This record gives sequence, C-alpha cells and structure tokens, in this order.
Amino acid sequence: MPYAPHTEAEVRAMLADLGLERLEELYAHLPADLLDPPIELPEPMNEDALLRHLAEVAARNRPGRVFLGGGVRDHFVPAIVDTVAGRGEFLTAYTPYQPEASQGVLQAIFEYQTMIAELTALDVANASLYDGASALAEGVLLALRATRRMRAMVSRGVHPEYRQVLATYLNAVGADLQEVPLEGDRTPAFAVADDVGAVVVQSPNFLGAIESYAPLAEAAHAAGALLVVVADPLSLAVLRPPGEQGADVAVGEGQPLGNPMSLGGPHFGYIAVREGLLRQLPGRLVSMTEDAEGRRGFVLALSAREQHIRRAKARSNITTNAQNAALRATVHLAALGPEGLKGVALATAAAARRLYQLLLEAGGVRPLTRPPFFAEFALRLPKDPAEVRSLLAEAGYHGAYPIPEYGEGAALFAASERMTEDDLLAFARAFFVAVGG
Amino acid sequence: MGFCFSDRVPLIFERSRPGRRGTPAPARAADPAELFGEANLRERPPALPEVDELTALRHYTNLSRRQVGVDTTFYPLGSCTMKYNPRVLEAAARLFADLHPYQDEASLQGALFLMHELGEYLKALTGMDAITLQPAAGAHGELTGMLVVRAYHADRGELEQRRVVLVPDSAHGSNPATSAMAGFEVREVPSDADGEVDLEALKRELGDHVAAIMLTNPNTLGLFERRILSLTEAAHAAGVQLYYDGANLNAIMGWARPGDMGFDVVHLNLHKTFATPHGGGGPGAGPVAVKAHLAPYLPVPLVEKTPAGYRLDFQRPKSIGRVRSFFGNFGVLVKAYAYIRLLGREGLKRAAALSVLNARYLKELLKRRGYRVPYDGPTMHEFVAQPPEGLRALDVAKALLDEGFHPPTIYFPLIVKEAMMIEPTETEAKETLEAFAEALGRIARRGQEDPDWLHGAPYTTPVRRLDEVRANRRPVLRWRPD
Repeated sequence: MPYAPHTEAEVRAMLADLGLERLEELYAHLPADLLDPPIELPEPMNEDALLRHLAEVAARNRPGRVFLGGGVRDHFVPAIVDTVAGRGEFLTAYTPYQPEASQGVLQAIFEYQTMIAELTALDVANASLYDGASALAEGVLLALRATRRMRAMVSRGVHPEYRQVLATYLNAVGADLQEVPLEGDRTPAFAVADDVGAVVVQSPNFLGAIESYAPLAEAAHAAGALLVVVADPLSLAVLRPPGEQGADVAVGEGQPLGNPMSLGGPHFGYIAVREGLLRQLPGRLVSMTEDAEGRRGFVLALSAREQHIRRAKARSNITTNAQNAALRATVHLAALGPEGLKGVALATAAAARRLYQLLLEAGGVRPLTRPPFFAEFALRLPKDPAEVRSLLAEAGYHGAYPIPEYGEGAALFAASERMTEDDLLAFARAFFVAVGG
Repeated sequence: MGFCFSDRVPLIFERSRPGRRGTPAPARAADPAELFGEANLRERPPALPEVDELTALRHYTNLSRRQVGVDTTFYPLGSCTMKYNPRVLEAAARLFADLHPYQDEASLQGALFLMHELGEYLKALTGMDAITLQPAAGAHGELTGMLVVRAYHADRGELEQRRVVLVPDSAHGSNPATSAMAGFEVREVPSDADGEVDLEALKRELGDHVAAIMLTNPNTLGLFERRILSLTEAAHAAGVQLYYDGANLNAIMGWARPGDMGFDVVHLNLHKTFATPHGGGGPGAGPVAVKAHLAPYLPVPLVEKTPAGYRLDFQRPKSIGRVRSFFGNFGVLVKAYAYIRLLGREGLKRAAALSVLNARYLKELLKRRGYRVPYDGPTMHEFVAQPPEGLRALDVAKALLDEGFHPPTIYFPLIVKEAMMIEPTETEAKETLEAFAEALGRIARRGQEDPDWLHGAPYTTPVRRLDEVRANRRPVLRWRPD
C-alpha cells in the first residue's frame, strides 16, 4: 500500500531489534489525547482504478482550444522536453547541496542562468523563482533593498495578479505601493519622486501592447530609483530586451518556455539583474569553479545571502524554487536554438495579429490594444465578456477572459504558433456567434 | 562501488555550431519589422546554443548521468523526506496538463473538484478548518501563514504591540527568514537537555509583545515535543498564535494532528510528505491550513462547493491578498491528491510508522558502529548523529559518495556540532539501511586510521571536492560568448 518494501517478517525483526512488538509502540510516548484522531479519507485504490477515476474527473473539465493568455498560453512543447525533465536523476533529486553528486542539476542551472541572461540582455540570473508574480515581488524587494527606499510605483499595464502579489509582499514589510493608470493601452510618462526605490513596467504589457520604456528608465534613474521590467521570455527572441532599454531588473513568467499550462502551475519565474545588483539576488545561484584536480565543476555560490546561512537576515526565505520547470525551459531553448525560438515568437505574433483582424470584424467589437502587440490583445465587447467566454466554451473554445479593471466589456485574447489559419477562422466564427447572439 | 558517471560534459554552448538547427520551428512566415516596428526589434539575437535535437538530447541525458536522485540512490537527506515518488503520479498530472487558469468555472469543474477534495483530505489529516492550496513551496507556505497571523493581529488592533516571533534554536533557517519577510522580529528559544523546547524559557518569553511561535513537531532532532499541549495552552493564554512547520509531518501522518495539538496555522510540503517529486529543487507545493478564526485572512481565491457546482470565491474582504498567480502549483496538487487516494488512511498511517521504524532501526545500527546520538530520545522519522570522535561530518559525507550513497543533511540543526541529520523514509528496504550502516562503519574505521584518505574523499565522483572559496570570491555565473 505505501510503496514500502517491508515484509511482515522484516517489520517484526526490526521491531524486535528495538525491543518492540507492534508498530503502535513507536507512538507510545505521544500524549494519549492526541493519538488516533478520527480522519475520514476515501478507501485506497490501485493504480489502474486511480487513473480511471482521474480520467473521469478530468472529463468533467470541458476540453477546448485555448485562446487565453495572461502570460500562460498554449505553446507546443517539444517531446524532448518531457523526455529529459522526466528522467529520474533530475526529477527525484533535491537542492544540489552535495555538488560532487549533483553536477547534472548544477550544470543545467548554470546553462539556464546563461540563457536567461542572454534573453534579457542583463548580466546575471538566479536559478529560478516560483512564478512570474512572486518573481516580480522579489525583484521589487531587491530594488528597495538596493536603494534603501520604501516606495514603489507600478504601471497598471502590469499583470493584475502580479500587482496583487506585489502588494501582499510589500505590505508585509511596510513599503508603499503606488499604481500608475494607463493612457489607453500603454503606460504614460510619469514623474518619479526621489523617495521611490522601484519603478515597474511590463512589456509586452497585460493588454499585450509593446511598451517603449527607455524614457521611463531615464526618469527612474534620475530619481535614484531602479527600473524593474516584467517581460514574456518568448517575446525576447525578437523584441528589444530589458537590458538594452535601461532595465536594472527583469522578471517574468517562464511557462511559454517548455511548460504545459497545467491550470497555471507548476511553472517558474525568472529574475535577472545588472552586475552591480548580484549580491542582492534572492535564491540559488550556481557558479563555475574547479575541483581538486583542476577539472571544471559547478557549485551553489554566494549562499551567505540565503536563509539556511543568514536566517533572519537572508535576502529572501526562498529555498525550494522551480528547478524542474526551469530545466524544461533550458531543454526547450537548447532544442529550438535562437532561430527556432524566433520562429515560434514570430509565428505566435503573426497568429495573434491575424486573430485580432478577424475578431475586429464582429459587429460592435472595438480594439482596446493597438499594434504593435505580441501574443495577446484586449478588445471591448458589446456584451458581457463572461457570457461570451461561457458561450465560447460551449462551442469548444476558451477565450475572452474578462478584465473589468480595463473598462466595461474588456476581454483578453491570445494566440500561439500552434494555431493554423483554419483554427483562427473557426475560433472567429464561434466568436461572431457568441458576441452576436 | 561509487556511481556510474558520464565523463566530462561540455557546456551546451560549447556544442553550438553556427547555422545548426534543432526541433523544427513552425512554418507561419512573418515580417518582424511589420509586426513590431523597427525600433522595437532586438538587434543581436540571444546567444542561445545552435544544436541539433540529438545533440541536445545526448547532452542532457549525459548530464543526468552526473546526477543522483532517489531513483538511483539511497538519499537520506534529513528534513527533506526523500521517499519514492510513484510514477503513476506523473501519469495523473498529465491528465490535467492542458487546462488554462482563465477558463470559465463551468469548464473547470473536474479541476475544482480535485482541489476541493484535496483540501478536505489535508484538513482532515491536519485537524484544521480551512485551507489554501496557493503557496508554491514550503517557505512560500510559511510566508503565507505568517502573513495570515499578521493580518489576524492587525484586525484585532494588536499588531503594533505584537512584533516578536519566537523560534526554537533547532528551527529550520526558513522560519526566521520568513518571520523577517513578514515584518516581525525573531527571538530564539533554547532547547532543553532532552532536545525539546525549553518550556520554562519559552514561558518567560511569552507576553503581549509576541505574535507567534513557529514550531516543527517532531522537531529537527526527530523528537516529538511531548509537552506540546502545555506549550500551546500557555501560548494561547498570552494571545500568541501557534505556527506548525509541516516539514516533518511524515512521521505522524494519520497518527496525530497539529490541529489537536493546539496549532492555529499549518503549512504542508506536498513534495515531502505526499510523495510528489522534489525536481532537483522544486517545483513543490506548500498548502496552508488554519483554524476557523484565521480563515477570513487566507489568500484569494478559495475553492467553494455549492449546490450548483464548484466555484472560486474572490469576495473575501479580510484576505491577505494573493501570494501567487492563478491557483498555485496545480500539477503538484494533482499528484498529492493521487498519492492520498492510492494509500488511504491506513496506508498513510503505515507509511508514517514505517518511516519511524526505518529511522529507529538505522539509528541503532549506527550507534553500534561508533556514531553518537546526542539527543537519543524516542526519535521518530529522523535522528541527528555525530561521527565518531575526531571525524568531521563533511568528510564522512564525502566518503559516503564513494560508497554509492547520497549523504544526509549535515551541519544542521545548528545546536549539534558535526550534525548528520538522517531521514531514511519508509520506502527503503531493511538491507539498504544495513548496507548504509556498514558503509558508515567502514568510513569511520578507515578514517580514524588514515585521516588524509578521509579528507581527500570523494575519489570516484565525476568531480572531486570543488573550490567553493573561489566560487564565492570570483563567481562565474554564466557562460559568455567569446
């Protein structure tokens, strides 16, 4: 039952070695009031019954082609990603504290750090964080530490859930968070007061629009603040990266790189910074070094920043991060290469642009996002987006995520490289019916 | 002995050849300048490797051969519960891989059912009243739980005075780090001669300046805090909230519950207790369960069961807000659900008891081979040993690698010098424990005769001891193109 190897004879022999007769005696020293609580759980199942049961549960979800976004999209995952990430050596290891037995994970992290640094055009990335939202929170906390300030400004173009997580984290340490409204679909120029430590912008933003934030970087730096940029890593195959536009910190959601949607997790968050901020980074970092015989090897480095050494003075409490999800991204990027990744990014953007044109043909539908955008865009619908989403789902499509923060009728759509022209046309037909009906 | 390792593996970047292509990319043609405008384009492509798919596969397969996991090796890493991860759990998660978090609720009834049921099981196993599945790891759960405690005190107008969190000196490092992130001051409480929290010292610290106590039970010495009921009673009398770090729940799963001990908040590590894989350092999941008085402060959304089906409840005005996007690490939740359904209550109880049996049996084997156990009470799923006099835990750990075992956690907890924290888990066989003890016995004997040999270990691993001083003084954190 519990996947344990013990025969009854072995259990008896081991108990006898301890001078005991029954397993219950291992708990005899616990307060009697605590023992054997009433716990109701379903009867155990074998593996076949379990999978049948779960297939039945999964069938209660309504399948459909996914035209939803919010940083998580239906991108193709090459089979090699599952093959590598599913290898037991990677899957069933833990944090590589013993480097001599962990060179596989350590080198993969080193390669991952390099790939993220390359994509963002920044100097150094850590081994991964939980997701895009917590990566943003850590990125802003880092900026506040580095500037010794307690105030952050965030554009409403940043994913609403990321802003919520950021507010939770900043509230805990008593830091102040101010939101900057959008003008239309983009972040306007705004003044940065000299007590602000972090300015946050997202590009492509939550509405999909590509932001030009180099002037904002100048304004932030002039006020002594750092610029934190949230960026979709897939977009960085083709778009000007944060490091070339004055960003000090780049963070984002890693799902588009080799991770299934899986209802929003597990995925990973990335964080990359300029060299000067290296020692403010939270979480694991892997460095190249040499062994006693001069051979190249990899170790966890600068752990004096971390909770197991610094305890209450650590940069963050993070320990377990999202290594297997980051490994998936590493393999995905290696398998695609710069040209392949660019191909996926361009095909995604082209599909999104085509879908945008098709959906705007529906009566009463207005653009909320204006080109250029990347994989996602927002429209104003002539009826309740929640109802449209529901009607689309009944027709076998998932799209039109309601985003009431951005106005009445606002809804978010996305496409990916997986959508053929026929897929886009079919979705558009279902959409016409849903908004027209 | 030793591992079967692959030779030196170059970096994937060093295998790159200009113009080489990997997995075929999609066909849809597009003009980047027309799509994005010239000014928004990247000038130089990222220096990602250019390799064919076989080269990529061979590269990562060979890297995996320089790595040990539970699948290859006994891995008794204390406090980490490195048990077998049944492979059917992976198959279970794949059934839910194609769901998007922004689908409408009606199209997610299976997923919402599963999250609701898992929440019910975890509440039953911990003796708590409400739960969030959103936190992505144990430390993330700790932060969530402590923010809930903070919101509770704030709501009662007591946050200004309750600034202190008490943490035993045997606690995980994440406990004080979490308390600091949640805006509290940390004060350590000593352990007594038996290795349990010094109850009298703790009582002296209690007062209306204390917000919470964070405890692990069994503690990091593997000892159950036998006076836990007096402890929680005294704390509650002072208005202090009790936080249970669930890292060690595997020892008592099904036998005793944190809720019955008097705890107000519990986080669970699904990647430890509930057999979801550790992934080389995540992703895990760290659900947080609370007593009813803390339920209003849990993160949004919560899954709710109604006569019309399952729905997401966002209307929780006292909530601390979100700690993660979407619903947390849902794929990990599926695996934990599957594990609980496979074992059932009796299976979980037996797993816990066998984990204790294995650890107790191994402890006796080690004591007979000269290893010392400074807090040798009725230890449970793990115990903390010291090498024989004169030997260092680090050296013994490295020599274990040559014997084909992953070492235990070393130099933790901090209150034991040369600590080796050993947690064998229930999924290891008697003969594996015996072979491990034999290896430690051999290492001790030879190490005492030949200290230089021991200091030089390991000898058979793909690299030997690495220059960590250099890595910290002059870190090289990325490859750079020439």
